Amino acid sequence: MINLKNRSLISITDYSKEEILKVLDIAKDFEADPRQRILTGHVIASLFFEPSTRTRLSFESAVQYMGGSIIGFASADTSSQRKGESLKDTILTVSNYSDLIIMRNPMDGSARFASEVAKVPIINAGDGANQHPTQCLLDLYSIQKTQGTLDNLHIALVGDLKYGRTVHSLVQALSMFNTTFHLVSPESLKLPSAVKIYIKNAGLEYYQYTELSDVIPKADIIYMTRVQQERFPDPLEYEKVKNAYILENSMLDGSKENLRILHPLPRVNEISEDVDDNPKAYYFQQARNGVYVRQALIAAILGLKE
Amino acid sequence: MSDKRKKLQVSALKNGTVLDHIPSEHTFHVIKILGLENSKNPIYIGNHLESNKLGRKGIIKISDKYFAKDEINKISLVAPKATLIEIKDYEVISKTQVEIPEHIEKIVKCFNPKCVTNNQNVETKFTVITDHHGRMKLKCHYCEKTMAKENIEFL
Repeated sequence: MINLKNRSLISITDYSKEEILKVLDIAKDFEADPRQRILTGHVIASLFFEPSTRTRLSFESAVQYMGGSIIGFASADTSSQRKGESLKDTILTVSNYSDLIIMRNPMDGSARFASEVAKVPIINAGDGANQHPTQCLLDLYSIQKTQGTLDNLHIALVGDLKYGRTVHSLVQALSMFNTTFHLVSPESLKLPSAVKIYIKNAGLEYYQYTELSDVIPKADIIYMTRVQQERFPDPLEYEKVKNAYILENSMLDGSKENLRILHPLPRVNEISEDVDDNPKAYYFQQARNGVYVRQALIAAILGLKE
Repeated sequence: MSDKRKKLQVSALKNGTVLDHIPSEHTFHVIKILGLENSKNPIYIGNHLESNKLGRKGIIKISDKYFAKDEINKISLVAPKATLIEIKDYEVISKTQVEIPEHIEKIVKCFNPKCVTNNQNVETKFTVITDHHGRMKLKCHYCEKTMAKENIEFL
């Protein structure tokens, strides 16, 4: 029996494979009809201690489609943190005013801590460089939707695999689905061994590349991320690799018919704009899926959908 | 060394604790971790002694002192093969191997400066894991970062 009621979601590994699939199932229901007014009379707190556009708006949109009310703040400047209040006190106080707390905070591990002190469930909307599980769920939803399944796929992860938290969570989650991983990154931004261990423990295969073009014919999904200049200790090193991780439309000749391109956004220049009109480009629909997945999660945690 | 001599070394205390099989390079870490620098109890420290197990080892004898389990957990991080011998009235009353616990709470600082435990009043918690090379590591319960043994700093 899968029961997500009153359970916080902090890290994607808090959920089993069955629980992930359950949320994706409920999300389908919201995609078919997003305006299900099941949240009327509920108050959701949205505590963003650091700015975010996509995640915050997507959560707020999810709550409002369902008829719920939102309280909270969009930056630490407008919260009592500025007066020196501890995170614990803020969370305990807001627990009194809401049925569920959505929180983004720049401190790694802040969400886990908040879930231990709060009287209501917490959804982690990003804790520093650590976890961003709702991004992971919407990535999984997008993969499942475009491929018809999550099982046995060839998934290429491209760009900064060392620091990208969305990549780390995605690897952890996809390791439950018999994925073959194609990891494309500069030598200095390879996937850390602490994350590779999830692939190994699941008995799965991964292949590492430095050239993006090598994986294009093999992939069912290409998940692009940004290679940020500030991640390179040596600027010359960045100059050498920066163009190797830009996807252009012409490179997609010879790719699989079912290939879809994903990106957590914001994009800078790693996907050339000429890809946008290719039917294999999926990153904007992917962002839309974030609303359905967040609706599903909120509804499941509040026990309004089973 | 004869059995008799060995026994004498260990039994020289009337009451107290002997910590044996400490890697030589960590003998003084163990003293620091257990806060023995400030102890007023008589303490005998031997270091770079011959050992079949370790090559060279350290040994610490503390009179009139017994350790709680969580105190001893602290030393298992630097001396995982240490033996804890408790002595009462010149008799060895217990001899146990220090074990690395599954979880470490409160005693170690997280090496990640952005971790909530380094920025708010939160007690640290770690899970002890072994990487694929068989090396012991600590995974922070909060920030989920994995810390190698050489980054361990005690609170």
